[in-house]
Amino acid sequence: MAPPLVEVREVTKTFPGVLANDRVSLSLNAGEIVALLGENGAGKSTLMNVVYGLLTADKGEIRVEGETVHIRSPRQAIDLGIGMVHQHFMLVEPLTVTENIVLGIEPTHAGVIDFKKAREDVREISRRYGLAVDPDAVVRDLPVGMQQRVEILKALYRGARVLILDEPTAVLTPQEVRELFGVVRTLVDEGLSVVFITHKLEEVMSVADRVVVMRDGRVVGEIRPKDTDTAGLARMMVGRDVVFRVEKTPSTCGDTILEMTDIRVLDERHLEAVKGVSFTVCAGEVVALAGVSGNGQTELIEAITGLRKVESGTMLLKGIDITRSAAHETIEAGLSHVPEDRHRRGLVLDFDLMENVILGDHRQAPFAKHGILNFSAITEVTRKRIEDYDVRTPSERVHAGTLSGGNQQKLVLARELGRDPELLVAAQPTRGLDVGAIEFVHKQILAERDRGKAVLLVSLELEEVQSLADRILIIFEGKIVKEFMSGEASDEELGYFMTGGGGDKLNAGTGEVIVSDAGTDV
Amino acid sequence: MPELTSEKHPGRVAAVLRELLVPVVSVAIAVIIGSIIMLIAGFDPIAAYSAMLKGAFGGGRQIGETLLRSTPLIFTGLAVAYGFRAGLFNIGAEGQLFMGGLSAAFLGIALAGLPQPLNIVIMIVGGAAIGAAWAFIPALLKAKVGAHEVITTMMFSYIARYLVSWLVTGPLKAEGQIPQTERLPVESTLPKLHEMFAFLVPSRVHLGFIVAVLIAMVVWWVLKYTALGYESRAVGLNPWASETGGISVSATTIKALCISGALAGLAGVTEVMGVHFRLFDQFSAGFGFTGIAVALLAKNNPIGVIPAAILFGALSAGGGTMQLEADVPQKVILIIQALIIFLVAAEQISRWILGQTVRRGVEDAG
Repeated sequence: MAPPLVEVREVTKTFPGVLANDRVSLSLNAGEIVALLGENGAGKSTLMNVVYGLLTADKGEIRVEGETVHIRSPRQAIDLGIGMVHQHFMLVEPLTVTENIVLGIEPTHAGVIDFKKAREDVREISRRYGLAVDPDAVVRDLPVGMQQRVEILKALYRGARVLILDEPTAVLTPQEVRELFGVVRTLVDEGLSVVFITHKLEEVMSVADRVVVMRDGRVVGEIRPKDTDTAGLARMMVGRDVVFRVEKTPSTCGDTILEMTDIRVLDERHLEAVKGVSFTVCAGEVVALAGVSGNGQTELIEAITGLRKVESGTMLLKGIDITRSAAHETIEAGLSHVPEDRHRRGLVLDFDLMENVILGDHRQAPFAKHGILNFSAITEVTRKRIEDYDVRTPSERVHAGTLSGGNQQKLVLARELGRDPELLVAAQPTRGLDVGAIEFVHKQILAERDRGKAVLLVSLELEEVQSLADRILIIFEGKIVKEFMSGEASDEELGYFMTGGGGDKLNAGTGEVIVSDAGTDV
Repeated sequence: MPELTSEKHPGRVAAVLRELLVPVVSVAIAVIIGSIIMLIAGFDPIAAYSAMLKGAFGGGRQIGETLLRSTPLIFTGLAVAYGFRAGLFNIGAEGQLFMGGLSAAFLGIALAGLPQPLNIVIMIVGGAAIGAAWAFIPALLKAKVGAHEVITTMMFSYIARYLVSWLVTGPLKAEGQIPQTERLPVESTLPKLHEMFAFLVPSRVHLGFIVAVLIAMVVWWVLKYTALGYESRAVGLNPWASETGGISVSATTIKALCISGALAGLAGVTEVMGVHFRLFDQFSAGFGFTGIAVALLAKNNPIGVIPAAILFGALSAGGGTMQLEADVPQKVILIIQALIIFLVAAEQISRWILGQTVRRGVEDAG
């Protein structure tokens, strides 16, 4: 029997304070699609970066077709026929598709780049692998899915036999995901092998020949999709049973906490983004603001949290007028905010966990007195938060940027909920998280509600809206166009109103209408 | 991810050493490249460096001279470092320094006859206030209309320099030919350290050095242990998260640039009160600009500013001796300074060289 195309043996890789890969072994045969499944921070990307020569393993070996190799740079990996497409594309946006693909190994004729040949080469490989793309298009103008094709073509042009795709679907619309899966299958039919890094269970089930599951830097299992189901994979990945839809009791609506009346807000271009929105959120209730991205949700949230000016209307938080309040005043009035972009707005990544935990309360007791920080109190509270919210970290002194995405979000929740707010405004709180972390966040949100607090959830995910909300408000083009009680509407009905009730955009039966529409602004 | 027991808590000492690595390596490489240049130019680097060391640290007087020259650099280094920590590049420290010097020259005469300790306190506070005020307008422009502080503080620097130029040749000019202000009365000057501490060898170093070291500690403490310093660092690292956390980015920007200006102003105060006892056109040897290099070398750490400033002070103090005794032109000092700045700024180069060594070590082991 021929040796595997690529074989990783007992690879160990450590970073200061973390064991990212612990004696990991993995093999990849010719013509095979292997999914590397694991939570954020399980060590999948580290392993593949070792294979691609971006990182050097501390121990262990890599074999290509039975031969031991030392891959010290991506160039060596490419020479061995290994290509990688990163989550963040490495394209030169103002250049054309052809220019990007041949960059660094341009065919030349008497010292001048032979663009004619380059273009033909690109046409040829794109035809051979069924990756239709215009060779003369400027990369900047292409949708994300097309840019990803260019990345794949780049690897193929350099003679890749093994293609590593790092979370390839994270940035794609469902339609693009389906197309990508088609491409992957064509590639495999043409004799390539593909490693598919992901934490999404459905993708694994539909595309992989074999699944290698990683947890805490180790390979914890290997299975064929047909021998398992998503629940089984989730158990392997997280190490326990995962609840996909959290249980929830009917809500008990108490006092009105947030009262919005005819709110109007402008966006960056001074166009009206929120056009007269009125609603209330009461104590012990989760209200979800559902809508396609870019329909005024971001502006509305920024207005509520004091980050954006309100043009007209009034906002009351527990009867206190916060219409003109600055961010720190809304925090003092009892508002907590889980921002949609945790790297930009949620955390200071270069601050340690202690400094992040006090952000927003850093002038309040017990963290500060007369403007002087009390580090013993800060350390104590941070340790408690880390424990209460299950933030996995080597210590409270590491920078927030070193945590995995799920743990970063837990840290944001720890800070915002630890303050014991009256109203929690959570914007896309589970974006980019894996199932284990999603479950945790959902449970925390419902726990907050059950403690009699008000929650305003903004989400693009229908599944999340349906499972958490007691009341669903649909926002379209800056207006609330429809209101449903929990369980009153199907995904299709929600999708129908979210796209303006036009019907033509509704892809009935799939529930994917939301995200695919969000893709149009790319 | 699981913890590594062996590296569970990287000790503070280890962390400090890691921080020191790049600056120390940069200085070492600069010295080596400096000797290569001297060799090529036909000089004896060993003789040059030993003369330089002798001139900078060869005795009490020499050490005093080194500390004297490092004093304004500690202040301007702190000024630039504080700005950087808040995400601001105060390139106009030179201008704030001039305003501090102007205030000292003016107050020193006005306060003639009052007790020396009182004068010292008033003149230090006054110089800091004027430095802060000089930074306030650029700060306000930055916070309100987004005018970039690199441009505005630089422009204000020119205004300050030419204002001083005009004042020392006109309204504040002392009797005589030379364009300079009147000499300060002794009660408006900073005492020499050897006058205060009898056991010290006589040298020119004055009380300003002690003040600079104390202020560096205060700045370190402010940055680390106060809400004000916390807000400055937060805004410097991530203004969006700071804003979301209820910090006013514009107010923090204004405060930080004013603090930076106050620190730079102190450099001018101590130069006038401790070295020249009067103000004239050329009283600063570009301390505001060298402060940028000091802050870079110190990696914007206020405590690190002290040794970084002393290094630059030593280069300056030792340069004369080097020229005199080893016959190597003083300009070589500028080359070494430039190399240090270049290497610290290009930290990646040092990291890369270190990284290559570590990598090779790992592979040899494997």
